[in-house]
Amino acid sequence: MLKNYIKMALKVLLRRKVFTCISLVTISFTLMVLMVMTALFDHVFGSFPPETRADRTLILQSIKGEKLGEKSYKVSPPSYAFLKRYVSSLTQAEKVSISEISWSTKATFRKGEKIESRFKHTDGVFWEILEFDFLEGRPYTVQEVEEGQRVAVINEATRRVFFGGDQAVGKHIELKDQAFRVVGVVSNVPAFRLMTFADIWVPISAQKTDDYLRYDSVFSGYKALILARSAAEIPLIKEEFADVLTRVEYPNPDQVNHISGGPTTLLEHTLDGIFSFSMLTSRGFIALVGVLILLFMLLPVVSLVNINTTRILERASEIGVRKAFGGSSLTLVGQFLVENVILTLLGGALGLVFTFLVLQMLGASDIVQYAEFHLNHRIFLYGLVMTLVFGLVSGVYPAWKMSRLHIVEALRRRKQ
Amino acid sequence: MIKLESIEKVYRTEQVETLALSNINFAVDEGEFISVMGPSGSGKSTLLNVIGLLDEPTAGDLSLNGRHINSYADRYLARIRNEEVGFIFQSFHLIADLNVVDNVEIPLLYRRGLSGKERRQMALKALDRVGLSSRVKHFPSQLSGGQQQRVAVARAIVAQPHILLADEPTGNLDSQMGDEIMGIMHQLNEEGTTIVMVTHDQRLADRTGRTVRLFDGRQVQ
Repeated sequence: MLKNYIKMALKVLLRRKVFTCISLVTISFTLMVLMVMTALFDHVFGSFPPETRADRTLILQSIKGEKLGEKSYKVSPPSYAFLKRYVSSLTQAEKVSISEISWSTKATFRKGEKIESRFKHTDGVFWEILEFDFLEGRPYTVQEVEEGQRVAVINEATRRVFFGGDQAVGKHIELKDQAFRVVGVVSNVPAFRLMTFADIWVPISAQKTDDYLRYDSVFSGYKALILARSAAEIPLIKEEFADVLTRVEYPNPDQVNHISGGPTTLLEHTLDGIFSFSMLTSRGFIALVGVLILLFMLLPVVSLVNINTTRILERASEIGVRKAFGGSSLTLVGQFLVENVILTLLGGALGLVFTFLVLQMLGASDIVQYAEFHLNHRIFLYGLVMTLVFGLVSGVYPAWKMSRLHIVEALRRRKQ
Repeated sequence: MIKLESIEKVYRTEQVETLALSNINFAVDEGEFISVMGPSGSGKSTLLNVIGLLDEPTAGDLSLNGRHINSYADRYLARIRNEEVGFIFQSFHLIADLNVVDNVEIPLLYRRGLSGKERRQMALKALDRVGLSSRVKHFPSQLSGGQQQRVAVARAIVAQPHILLADEPTGNLDSQMGDEIMGIMHQLNEEGTTIVMVTHDQRLADRTGRTVRLFDGRQVQ
């Protein structure tokens, strides 16, 4: 039966070339836009090096400090000392890393050309939580950080600029009037990986002063990456941190004597940044994205429903014949849905090709530095699901309308 | 085999009520070949549609091959049509996208328990019976009217129905092709198939066992 449906579907598509073209363009363009959006979403939030453990990594990047009884408050990144005291000690966490919240930019002139490099101070655990792709060398260790060694890990682009692509490990690089010995070279990290992005990573201890160690404020410019033992243990860490906050010693209680906030997942953290309100949970966001996708699909679906309804009524005679010879309305609904799903699968395949091309163009355009967008099994799977949903949704109404067609009326309509 | 008692069919719209069939009573025995005659609009095709379960009577009782039709649920009727009845239409109603053998296979698609191979064998056998073995891969547009109607006959008989309903089967054919189709139908009747044929043509009606005549939806003979 299915083979027959497929045969029939392909024949109908080949016979009605204009209809087929319009439908395929509608479907493939819609799915391409959705798949490109999915690919971008996947590359920002998905599990990619170095953030391969994003599903069990929490970030504490800002806290809200206030003096109880006063209306004003401050939301700002925490200080290194605060994080060291109250986050590094979390017993539910597997590992905790502290690093600068953002990178600093250093301009260098080489052969008359200005080169801007972004560098970031991190601790040694940073390299244990994140999985960078090392092209040569190794990360700096916890011990090297504690000893305050001037070592650095650079990215591929920096190696090319400073060393012409030759081996860089063992060579030195100038940064803020200090020479750093390169110990490792990693693949470029795309700029949208805000948690990890930089051109050069250096030990947190390689700062000019030790001021960052002093606990004279709960605020400064650092963030903590907290690795849970499993995704299921994330709530435990949040609970423990909430408990820790009740025992904080405040260095300036006349300014801040109460702190709120806590570590969030990457998705929650980004949402806070985008929407500036924390009521939207990651589940809520996924639901919101789902609604937006459905709304986006609505217009092409309506258009396809119209085309399908016209097409199906042109086949009234066939419907009449099939019913006369024993096809029930339900069977014919099934046949039409299969035909429509085949059409949308063809459109989906085209959409996938277009998506690949668009992602290649986006990668080549350097809109997002170091970003390389690839199709992967997740995007393919999402695309397949969206295609099937698209096919079913756009086929249900015409199929239902067809099933309501009276046999005698259908046989009277002779147009094939 | 076929029994109609007090069959009535009324078409209703918001403003108009049209009586298409009124108080139709007759029976067709197993193996009979009868014709239904009458002027245009007398209800011939409506009667055939009611017998073939393509249309629901407004009142009355209908039995097919000993089955009293007491429900007009879609799936139930579809099954009975598939098992008991074969149709031949005046305008053939072949599916243009399918080749000859695929057209003939259609009734078998809705018959449970048949493999693709069995369906194909049965379809080829039916085509052999109507003398079209050499045209199985042709498409309807590549056939003459007579050949198309022979394909339609093969489709009607492929599932081995007990009853064959033909609505002016030679109406779109010249006399020679019409005679060929009548010849095939007579041969099927001799092999035991019960046939009800609607026709305008007295010459064709004379070649059937008996004739039911309709006028303005009423049975006059």
